[in-house]
Amino acid sequence: MLRQLRSAVVAVVVLSALLGLAYPLAITGVAQTLWSNQANGSQIHQRGRVVGSSLIGQSFASDPAYFQSRPSASGYNPAQTAASNLGPNSAQLRDQIRGRVAAYLRRERPYDPGLTAPTVPADAVTASGSGVDPDISVANARIQAHRIAAVRHLPLPVVLRLIAEHTDSSAAGLFGPDTVNVLAVNLALDAIGKR
Amino acid sequence: MTAGGWLQIALLLAVLTALTPLLGGYIDRVFKGEPVLLARVLGPVERGLTRLVVGSEPAGQDWKEYAVSTLIFSAVCFVVLYVILRTQSIQPFNPQGFRSPPWDLAFNTAASFVSNTSWQYYGGETTLSNFSQMAGITVHSFLSAAVGLAVAIAIVRGFANRSGKVLGNFWVDLIRGLLYVLVPLAVLGSLFLVAEGVVQTLAGSVHISTLTGGHQTLALGPVASQKAINVLSSDGGGFFAVNSAMPFEDPTGLANFVEALMTVLVPAALTATYGRMVGSRRQGWALYGVMAFMLLGAMAVAYPAESRPSPAMRAAGVHGVNMEGKEQRFQVPGSTLTAVTGTASGDGTTSAALDSFTGLGGSIPMADMMTGEVIFGGVGSGLFGMLLMVLLAVFIAGLMVGRTPEYLGKKIEAREIKLVTIGAIFVPLVVLFMTAWALSTRYGLRSIFNAGPQGFSETLYAYTSQANNNGSAFAGYVGFVQPHAPGNAGASGVAFADLAGGGAMLFGRFVPMLLALAVAGSLSGKRTIISGGGTMRTDTVIFAVLLIATISIVALLTFVPALMLGPLVQTLTGRVF
Repeated sequence: MLRQLRSAVVAVVVLSALLGLAYPLAITGVAQTLWSNQANGSQIHQRGRVVGSSLIGQSFASDPAYFQSRPSASGYNPAQTAASNLGPNSAQLRDQIRGRVAAYLRRERPYDPGLTAPTVPADAVTASGSGVDPDISVANARIQAHRIAAVRHLPLPVVLRLIAEHTDSSAAGLFGPDTVNVLAVNLALDAIGKR
Repeated sequence: MTAGGWLQIALLLAVLTALTPLLGGYIDRVFKGEPVLLARVLGPVERGLTRLVVGSEPAGQDWKEYAVSTLIFSAVCFVVLYVILRTQSIQPFNPQGFRSPPWDLAFNTAASFVSNTSWQYYGGETTLSNFSQMAGITVHSFLSAAVGLAVAIAIVRGFANRSGKVLGNFWVDLIRGLLYVLVPLAVLGSLFLVAEGVVQTLAGSVHISTLTGGHQTLALGPVASQKAINVLSSDGGGFFAVNSAMPFEDPTGLANFVEALMTVLVPAALTATYGRMVGSRRQGWALYGVMAFMLLGAMAVAYPAESRPSPAMRAAGVHGVNMEGKEQRFQVPGSTLTAVTGTASGDGTTSAALDSFTGLGGSIPMADMMTGEVIFGGVGSGLFGMLLMVLLAVFIAGLMVGRTPEYLGKKIEAREIKLVTIGAIFVPLVVLFMTAWALSTRYGLRSIFNAGPQGFSETLYAYTSQANNNGSAFAGYVGFVQPHAPGNAGASGVAFADLAGGGAMLFGRFVPMLLALAVAGSLSGKRTIISGGGTMRTDTVIFAVLLIATISIVALLTFVPALMLGPLVQTLTGRVF
């Protein structure tokens, strides 16, 4: 029994050093050398400062000249990720979605008069799993294009072409749908310059 | 539903089926001590470690000695992990300055990772330092999986042994499984994940001002090295609170597919290892076929269920798929895929909020676990759990035709069947008792987040997941912020839930393990009978169907009344609560 206990203690100590320090430190070393951009959070730099991560969604709610991210249950806080966890039959969830639909229509319908509640894309009125979903659906982006074009005084085809250029189809419909990265397309809008 | 979504499921099964004999054959050679390619590099490390731990001449162990080693090792792991968590504040690699979790949360977490569960009553990025994540969580993901792997190999040796009672040596098996199976796969996995975008750094958070002038803090850490072993080990604990929904843990659709594959990879491969060890590959394929069929069945229900709007969405006048709690890059197919692979395997990694799944969609992860985690299941534990169900099926078939049941040429007698029966009902009893207890005390009720039947479902899910060592959650079920740890926003443990859940995890892990070891000890060295015309074959489609029926009927008889109160009510009603 005592010999077994000695074996166990030695095993845990040695293996902890191996798996808890050597392994993650070695992986960190390789990762920082070969893929330092990814390993450090895919940060986007602009004029010498970090404006975000291409993997992390931000709130653009204060500015109608930008594409809007999906709703967030965490206030877009990547240091405290959260989903709403509201159940499928939750009255609270129903009320939240109703509110988001109304807000979406209020924001977009002036520029896209054909828009009705049943045609609002589901991703635009549901909170994401992480609270920092960086993407929106192509349908959602194309609806918002009307507002962007009007607010920024751009022709609609220019905005739609920008969406097409920033549509990520690498998942090929197999591992996931086509998505539009909100931060990337908004940075591209700013690069065009017109406000 | 899209063609691409179904194609992804088909591709997963195709890749898994192709890898199973390759990896399974490799694992077989590793545990037979045959020279594998990696042994040229790691051979000296293995010999050094073995000498250090158990001496130069490791002796063979019978099932009792093997069990004692397993229990002592796990007990030491538990104590070490508990102490690491409780002393977090004075450990290095703590850039955010997190305090130590309180005792009840540390107990629950230590029980969770030693039992290969990874139930998390804490949010990783708001509670644990990098040291706790690396030396605590990562290490014990490896070790608990290696324990499951070693025990499964020992049990299969017992099934296969024609003579003698020796099942191997626990320490030798533990070290071999780690060095030649888990570590190499984890290295490959973590490098792939980093390349896809998973973060891997020891630096602390990065503060940024956003495009519209807001502020955001990016929590970074050694995520990839932990994620890789967490999906490989059936452990499944997330670095972040929302697990693989967080882009830093699961950045792309391809990464999501690979993570889903990794959760079932080793448990699937072990069926092929089993076939080789008992000298009939068909026996292994029969088990694999049963598991793959049940996985496909789970997908076939969950994917269509999630492709419709939830009652709450309908009530708000919105059409489209149920996107609440799902990420756009995975949408329904990817989210459902990880929900099913994460719960059919003992892993528990998910890339969406299961609490927001529809009634029917959410009942599938629960049903996956309620089979006793035998649809692939945990690393090792899935295989020996399935072997117990095989013996039960053989016994039932024997009763039906009036013959003494036999398996692999060995008579299955009263002693084995008694052990198997206890194994079949023990974990369900823990689940139902704990659920009832939690629902009938005001301390248990405080953990519930959603109103109506979903609140019941959350409780049932919590104890199903913990007792079956899965670790996924209806994550609304957490309770309140721990008052003793003001710095730790994620430490939302309730003493009752922490303790009841911790107990459920430990019993759910070690009681079935001991029973399966006892069965193996009993079968080891049993005289084999030459099979004749009257022998029931266990490598045929007919037996596979019987096995699926046995697993389903046992689970249904036990859990349908409970499922009716939660998910089934929600499926049948469009009401909101």
